[in-house]
Amino acid sequence: MSELAERTNKHSTGESFAEPHGQLPVRPKPPLRRFHQARWDEPIIFELSRPGRRGIAVPEPGAPEVELPEAVRRAQPPRLPELSQPHVLRHYLRLSQENLGADLNVDVGQGTCTMKYSPKVNDRFAAEVAELHPAQPVDTVQGVLEIYHRLERMLAEISGMARVSLQPGSGSAAIYANVAMIRAYHASRGEGHRDQVITTLFSHPSNAACAKTAGYEIVTLMPDADGYPDIEALKAAIGPRTAALMITNPEDTGIFNPRIKEFVDLVHSVGGLACYDQANANGILGITRARDAGFDLGHFNLHKTFSTPHACGGPAAGACGVSEALAPFLPGPVVTFDGTSYGLETPERSIGKIRPGLGVTPNIVRAYAWIMALGAEGLRAVAETAALNNNYLMSRVLRIPGTSAPWDKRRIEQVRYSWRELSEETGVHSEEIGVRAADFGVHYWTSHHPHVVPEPFTLEPTESYSKEDLDEYAAILAHVADEARRDPAFVKGAPYNQTIHKIDPTPLDDPKQWAPTWRAYVRKHLG
Amino acid sequence: MSTAHSCFETDEGGLKTHPYIPNSEPGVRAEMLAELGVESVEEFYADIPAELRLNRPLDLPEPLVAEHDLVRHMRALLRRNTDTVETLSFLGHGIYPHHVPAVCDEVNSRSEFLTAYAGEPYEDHGRFQALFEYTSMMAELLEMDVVNVPTYDGFQATGTALRMACRHTGRARVLLSSAISADKLSKLRDFLAPDIEIVLAPVAGNGEMGDVGIDDSFAAIYLETPNVYGVVETRGRDLADLAHAHGALLVVGADPISLGVLAPPAAYGADIACGDIQSLGMHQSYGGGHAGYIATHDHEPLVAEFPSRLFGIAPTAVPGEYGFGDVFYDRTSFAHREDGKEWVGTAAALWGITAGVYLALMGPQGMREIGATILARTRYAMDALAPHVTVLHQDAIHFREFAIEAPPGLLERLRAKGIFGGVPLDDRTVLVCVTERHSIADIDRLAAAVREVMT
Repeated sequence: MSELAERTNKHSTGESFAEPHGQLPVRPKPPLRRFHQARWDEPIIFELSRPGRRGIAVPEPGAPEVELPEAVRRAQPPRLPELSQPHVLRHYLRLSQENLGADLNVDVGQGTCTMKYSPKVNDRFAAEVAELHPAQPVDTVQGVLEIYHRLERMLAEISGMARVSLQPGSGSAAIYANVAMIRAYHASRGEGHRDQVITTLFSHPSNAACAKTAGYEIVTLMPDADGYPDIEALKAAIGPRTAALMITNPEDTGIFNPRIKEFVDLVHSVGGLACYDQANANGILGITRARDAGFDLGHFNLHKTFSTPHACGGPAAGACGVSEALAPFLPGPVVTFDGTSYGLETPERSIGKIRPGLGVTPNIVRAYAWIMALGAEGLRAVAETAALNNNYLMSRVLRIPGTSAPWDKRRIEQVRYSWRELSEETGVHSEEIGVRAADFGVHYWTSHHPHVVPEPFTLEPTESYSKEDLDEYAAILAHVADEARRDPAFVKGAPYNQTIHKIDPTPLDDPKQWAPTWRAYVRKHLG
Repeated sequence: MSTAHSCFETDEGGLKTHPYIPNSEPGVRAEMLAELGVESVEEFYADIPAELRLNRPLDLPEPLVAEHDLVRHMRALLRRNTDTVETLSFLGHGIYPHHVPAVCDEVNSRSEFLTAYAGEPYEDHGRFQALFEYTSMMAELLEMDVVNVPTYDGFQATGTALRMACRHTGRARVLLSSAISADKLSKLRDFLAPDIEIVLAPVAGNGEMGDVGIDDSFAAIYLETPNVYGVVETRGRDLADLAHAHGALLVVGADPISLGVLAPPAAYGADIACGDIQSLGMHQSYGGGHAGYIATHDHEPLVAEFPSRLFGIAPTAVPGEYGFGDVFYDRTSFAHREDGKEWVGTAAALWGITAGVYLALMGPQGMREIGATILARTRYAMDALAPHVTVLHQDAIHFREFAIEAPPGLLERLRAKGIFGGVPLDDRTVLVCVTERHSIADIDRLAAAVREVMT
């Protein structure tokens, strides 16, 4: 075994611990955690099937069966796996263990995603709306409507906006709803000719992608020499074709654009709207507000800033906030309150209903409960701690030789770092460092494309992590950087302590080989 | 300094250490600030211009920091709801009261799944495998080889399926049956604007899509089965032939819970299938249980039009190990921003995993049986109500829902008898939903109540 492997957790048991057993005191733990991800070597569920087994029984019809004509009758049964109930449960519990949820790790490495603690008690509240149907008479759902109404008012206060809709199912769905409102607003004023949306490179790709889907031409502002979106490029871009500016602030670099109001004013000066992607709001809650910078509309991700769980990628929830002028265009229905009871009504020029039901209600309940547990001062504490944690982690990360944080600017709640120097020295790329870092039980994310920051990685330590957590994370990165210098091939060969070993991704992009389902895999590869 | 001050720096007995915020503890905070050599967290906000600073506390309710106080508050609010277990409910219309197996809730409430997000296929191997298995089981149900990692809901899945058809054919006109929910149509109008024209086909007297014609300018015919009236469409093959004769695609919206008994869309020539999977193990949750599926055959030009992630098998360095990764990632907005297909982002992955658990529990036998039970009870309910109220489209095959002509006040009077009788579609039509959760006695109770109201 190499010296390096011995120093790492590559082999979690074996020679390096071949000391006599049974001696006290137990030796101190090594500086880095000897992590190994669960490895159940679990088959694909179809491989566990035995004909005739079943996982659940279904009520008998209790009435005469209906004969179906051949045109609509299924000809042969679906080839679903057949398993008994304990085996279905066991299979999925094994898969759950082969997963690094935020509850398990120092989840600061999925930057821009705002991985924070989602309080367990809120899951219980969420479960209590399970059997509510959105078409129930409103007098039977006053509790849930009150929660919607109260959360809307809270988010209006936090953003400064006049009205809020909680209907969108995610951040990107909220971005799309905002684009749809922008389109409807201009059309209502006879200005449907406005066909351009301006965004910035360090705003989430969905701003560009949603606006494009809705028919807009996209103008992307690149960062200037200081890392800010280029205001000269904005001045050149705006004009009679401008429908809106869709911008994040602080951007995914963690840099707050101090001239944001000027950006908004410039867009207003040509009749465009300013739309705020508040995905990165966690560090500025109670510090500064969208409407106060002049924004006409914007959105929050409740699964980021307001703690609802990320759920492997949803269900999430988005909140659209708008000024008075845009309120008539909100998705409908919206919750009303007459001082006594809650109701539903569709705004006059609504873009309409954008999903079944009123919203992702379990997450609305969770977000409401989270704010109620914190209050104004608590939200301020969230923001300030997120900023403190980020600046603390930055000081630790930038001590690691080979790292940098392009642009010498203050950061609020996250930083897009670069391994350029280390990569040039060792040939090890940022993705590879991330895979190796996971061997120590943490996540790590590079950035969205394009990688304007070379060899990027993005860390966002929210308020949920302790100083000790941040020290541990920085120590892991320092260790991997050191490994990259001593033995780059070893880092490139990672992972070693995961459920599986290094993947060969070649078949994933080859139509002849790719297998997006088991059915396709069997057909193409098992004959 | 502005009046804005750190909440940590008040001496007014405010919040100090919050249980959710480890570094709100004053000692560690002071230690960290000292290590950074800064006086105050205010220094981190120095780039925010003074005129943009909020110089007052947010106006929010007093916090309930003690968990018990929060529980008491939330219980008081939630008690003001009466749900569909407490009241006999025949509400459906896109949000369905199916039985949710306990194992589904057990799996999707596991911390490891509930709080995971976007890790790599190494440390999050289980998420990739569970979602691959979900798409694989859906593929068997649908008899199609490609199924997406779920989008938000069936509305979005339909909108995207139609946009996929338009991109694939290079055309910008689609024919939809009018037997579609007004809410879904609203979403489609918004989502297909401004460039795609929607042409609505009439509904025939039997509740199915009426006679239609298209020309070579159409990208797709969209057929939904069961449709908004619960009617099972029987002319899928004819419509597929019509679409294909004009170089268009047949897009079919189908609820997967029906496919243990009903033919999958691919069997009668559909090119794209789509819909909602809420029926496969998700609660009604006041609209919070939705996720959308889109499926196609493994035809590269059509696969190229998916905006969603597709997870596929890849080998690893060790024989016998399944690795996973993104199939044809280059399609997506993650790879190419506005030059990708529509957009991709957080949507409803956990509901995909849950639907996989559901299908694994049910197997082929369970899916056939639940389909048969729902068909039988729907017909039973139609027959039970027919003597008392006009049941529409009586000669059609119905799955889970049927429409009745409702005299004014019917639903209110049923409500007074402790029954949510159905969802009004318009001033005189009510949609009644019957699932495997409704016993024969429940249906008899509805019929008796309708009889009393009508006499």
